[in-house]
Amino acid sequence: MHTAKNPLWTATATAKGAIGKSLLDCIGNTPLLRLERVGPNYPNVEFYGKAEWLNPGGSVKDRPALEMIREAERSGALKPGQTILDATSGNTGIAYAMIAAALGYRVKLCLPTSASEERKKILAAFGAELVFTPGDEGSDGAILRAREIIAAEPGKFFYPDQYGNDSNWRAHYKTTAKEIWEQTAGRITHFVAGLGTSGTFVGTSRRLKELNPAIRCISLQPDAAFHGLEGWKHMATAIVPAIYDATLADANLTVSTERAYRLVKQAAREEGLLLSPSAAAALDGCFQVAASLPPDERAVIVTVFPDSGTKYLSERFWGEV
Amino acid sequence: MVVKVMVPTPLRQFTGKQASIECTAATVGEALGHLTSTFGELRKHLFTDDGRLRSFVNVYLNDEDIRFLQKENTQTKDGDTISIVPSIAGGSCRERN
Repeated sequence: MHTAKNPLWTATATAKGAIGKSLLDCIGNTPLLRLERVGPNYPNVEFYGKAEWLNPGGSVKDRPALEMIREAERSGALKPGQTILDATSGNTGIAYAMIAAALGYRVKLCLPTSASEERKKILAAFGAELVFTPGDEGSDGAILRAREIIAAEPGKFFYPDQYGNDSNWRAHYKTTAKEIWEQTAGRITHFVAGLGTSGTFVGTSRRLKELNPAIRCISLQPDAAFHGLEGWKHMATAIVPAIYDATLADANLTVSTERAYRLVKQAAREEGLLLSPSAAAALDGCFQVAASLPPDERAVIVTVFPDSGTKYLSERFWGEV
Repeated sequence: MVVKVMVPTPLRQFTGKQASIECTAATVGEALGHLTSTFGELRKHLFTDDGRLRSFVNVYLNDEDIRFLQKENTQTKDGDTISIVPSIAGGSCRERN
């Protein structure tokens, strides 16, 4: 039987450091992976990605979801007994469902019937109540339904609104940027991230530029309004999120869905990294940045891999050339 | 068969803001062909250069993914609705119409 006096037990507990931490305390502090095999070889450039799938909910969205919920508890916008409501079957929905389960809140999510079966099952497993809207209305239909539900029973729900909630970018300002700075020992020269709500890019860039104004921040977008990069937005044609700050970007680059798909397969086979299409797109952005540098310039290029490929295994691109 | 093809919001910039078209088509493939010949700009967004549907473009006949039917050869009936849905799950920020 283990006791506190058992030296082996004590040593194990100290070495792991995480024993006794709650689920929500395990959000953030993800590894910064160095990419060593995949992609072009630039002798003076190092590529790194934050492995955000190692958050307990499996994606980067654990960070803003936790910050939005905690801040709403502090401000009184979220009270005991209220239900967290949103219109998403994406990673944010999964993060809300997981965190709410851990904190004892109910979650209600509106999503189109066309959302993937694996996502519906993950959300249901966490006890989220799912409201299905017609597939042909897409995410618009789900948003309209969410608004109707809130209007019908005001006071019953907390609607985090990740596109307009400052706690979204602040989560990255407080955690992601700090981790990248410490994990690279301040050596980071370029930060690259895809734009969706823009929370990752805005929060991380804002803090990194305070730590070292010379750090270049490059935002990435899909190359067209109609694309397959989960979580990304084509800002020219989408409603621009209220938290987006275009002045932070030193450059904007685009990535096509097909390029991302090719890199998903390549990274899995050459690096042993099962990336999601949006993570692969972020990596493609890093390669584009490296290609634009003078050959003798030393660079430490860092991006955020929002999630892994496990939720995208039923996508058709795996079976196509 | 007269069917309705729903145009997803990000592609309405190529259909003069039209949200749907009605056309006569015996199969889903014919209906998509009608759509892309009416609005030529749409073709490269939906199909690869060699004429296959792009990997992330999911097509539904009513509520069924045509992948699990007879793909583009799936037969249509009068009054069917065909939807084009990109394979992405998130998004709580409405696209511009």
